Amino acid sequence: MEKIEDKNQQQEEEQVVNPWEVSAKEGGKIDYDKLIDKFGCQRLDQSFVDRVQRLTSRPPHVFLRRGVFFAHRDFNDILDAYERGEKFYLYTGRGPSSEALHLGHLIPFMFTKYLQDAFKVPLVIQLTDDEKCMWKNLSVEESQRLARENAKDIIACGFDISKTFIFSDFDYVGGAFYKNMVKVAKCVTYNKVVGIFGFTGEDHIGKVSFPPVQAVPSFPSSFPHLFSGKDNLRCLIPCAIDQDPYFRMTRDVAPRIGYHKPALIESLFFPALQGETGKMSASDPNSAIYVTDSAKDIKLKVNKHAFTGGQESIEKHRQYGANLEVDIPIKYLNFFLEDDAELEHIKKEYGAGRMLTGEVKKRLTEVLTELVERHRRARAAVTDVMVDAFMAVRPLPNMFD
Amino acid sequence: MGYSKDQLLARLKELQIEFSQYEHPVVLTVEAQAKYVGNTGGFLSKNLFLKDKKHRYYVVSALVDTKVDLKVLSQRLGLGKGGLRMAPEEALGEILQVPLGCVTPFAVVNESARHVSLLLDQGFKSQDCCIFHPLSNDMSISLNSQGLDKFLKSIGRNPSYIDLEANPPVGKDQPPDLATFVPSDSPVLSDLPEKTPSSQDSTGKSVGAATNSAAVTAKAVKPSGNAQIVKEKPVDSVRPSIPAADAGKFVEELLDRASALLLSEISEDSIKQHGVQLGEVANNIKKCIGEDLKNLATIFKNTAYTEGFHAGTRYQPKRL
Repeated sequence: MEKIEDKNQQQEEEQVVNPWEVSAKEGGKIDYDKLIDKFGCQRLDQSFVDRVQRLTSRPPHVFLRRGVFFAHRDFNDILDAYERGEKFYLYTGRGPSSEALHLGHLIPFMFTKYLQDAFKVPLVIQLTDDEKCMWKNLSVEESQRLARENAKDIIACGFDISKTFIFSDFDYVGGAFYKNMVKVAKCVTYNKVVGIFGFTGEDHIGKVSFPPVQAVPSFPSSFPHLFSGKDNLRCLIPCAIDQDPYFRMTRDVAPRIGYHKPALIESLFFPALQGETGKMSASDPNSAIYVTDSAKDIKLKVNKHAFTGGQESIEKHRQYGANLEVDIPIKYLNFFLEDDAELEHIKKEYGAGRMLTGEVKKRLTEVLTELVERHRRARAAVTDVMVDAFMAVRPLPNMFD
Repeated sequence: MGYSKDQLLARLKELQIEFSQYEHPVVLTVEAQAKYVGNTGGFLSKNLFLKDKKHRYYVVSALVDTKVDLKVLSQRLGLGKGGLRMAPEEALGEILQVPLGCVTPFAVVNESARHVSLLLDQGFKSQDCCIFHPLSNDMSISLNSQGLDKFLKSIGRNPSYIDLEANPPVGKDQPPDLATFVPSDSPVLSDLPEKTPSSQDSTGKSVGAATNSAAVTAKAVKPSGNAQIVKEKPVDSVRPSIPAADAGKFVEELLDRASALLLSEISEDSIKQHGVQLGEVANNIKKCIGEDLKNLATIFKNTAYTEGFHAGTRYQPKRL
């Protein structure tokens, strides 16, 4: 389910956002307003954040407070139903294309964990090993292996095993899941799927027939061992906004086959260390912070490679202040610094030129190191048997507790 | 005292491994060895005793004609470009307990070599007679790879053969393919209550074989991440810092963290600020480590559930 950096279909003068390519207009940043307009989803405004706080009786997640998750489809329906006592389930996933996970990969999982805890609802996590096998030309075994490895990092994000089902496509597709895939496939013409995903005559049929695989986890009947008898259960999908096309297709099909449309809650893209215009690339280890980075690595990466908005000299900086629009440490702190007051203070001082880039970087390094450390410790506690347990097709009797 | 040549030969006979032995004057090089056993129809081996920057040791055993490039090997092991060097002479005696010029795969029989990683040339598999020193330079023995395997298995080693001449690219998306051959740092691993079923023996596993994630997660203990090393053992495995499903340890960890934070919060400042009612302090503590403790609790829960799951898959139903 992650974006693949391919160099095709680059339209001049327009940004490109789809599951396999994300690029801004020449040298600029992604225009999220335009994206919301083009895709047709809604902005997630403060009233939503307040409502979530009220309904869950706990402070809203930092990603909600800072507008990291900024767009949605039908999230209000989910909240309405929840208020009436109707639960829902969460669905998210990962395309296991590499063993190395960076912080950007963790974002949807961190948020999903919060949603699971706050709303006390079950979660299904799809590992699209088949997709990566097809798109990245990995062997079946390798993609399955990567799926299991990634599962460990995902589990380390703190999901509750009594409410979470992780599955890999290669293992799970079949039975009720496959029946739904066929139902969905029958409703989407070849032309439509080409229009949504940009397939060409040269693309192999595996790719063309993949979209239903990512669509059907939105339907509770795909998981008879979990939701049998609960055909009315709604689904909420936290994901990055580049996945929207899959679910636009799904939402289009759902009513035609008698299912609820899944709701979505979508996030911004996580910027590369080198800046918004740079791309986070798996082959450039310095473009991102990896969960396997040591404290030393993090310090080095932040100090050497983070693009800052600070001025060239201390005098200039004190005079003009930092450019917060492009400053990566500030952006990263926006994602990961919990304390609202502290972040505000830093932004104010740094923007006014009273705080220097070095200080901001230092604070960022602390925050990231703590995050990565915590993740590493949790990861160390994940055994192969635990992965087996999370991935076992088993009932979850306490999933709404 | 290390295993002796005679002990080794006796052991081979015990295991009913077929081999031929050739006595000759002490030889220190392959060329010299070839003079005496070069025309026995067997294939000579060259054996390298290597060490990396973190003092981990490797025996690379290959057919004489196989090209072994230490730079490539170093990268494939995930040690970077110049990570492998020839091990110093003293290490030969200390770890392998063999004399100079006598490096041989059989040396891993010694306890001191328990954590030496063994890399075997897949070329051995296609030859019936491969020649090695049996822990002493005044003899050579020739046997086939099945014989070698039988011996290695008998001492708890899992023999695996690799294509030493291969030069696959190594990058973020292509992890070093031989990373599983890097021994774990800590020498006391096998004694530990290791939770991972993938056990901590430092032998290489068959690289091309079953891609069970257990085999893959095995041994790369490199605390500081080299950006090229994609797979890294997450934690110092000497002391698992998360209590497993041990309630006592779990509670201790929670109390440790809470009291540490409490002590740091109760400072002159906070007493001045809040007076003796340190309720504010308590709130701060809850805010600071509430999340942390909940995470710990979730790990505890998941571990306990997993133990139950594991038991459940193996339980014997009551006889009716």
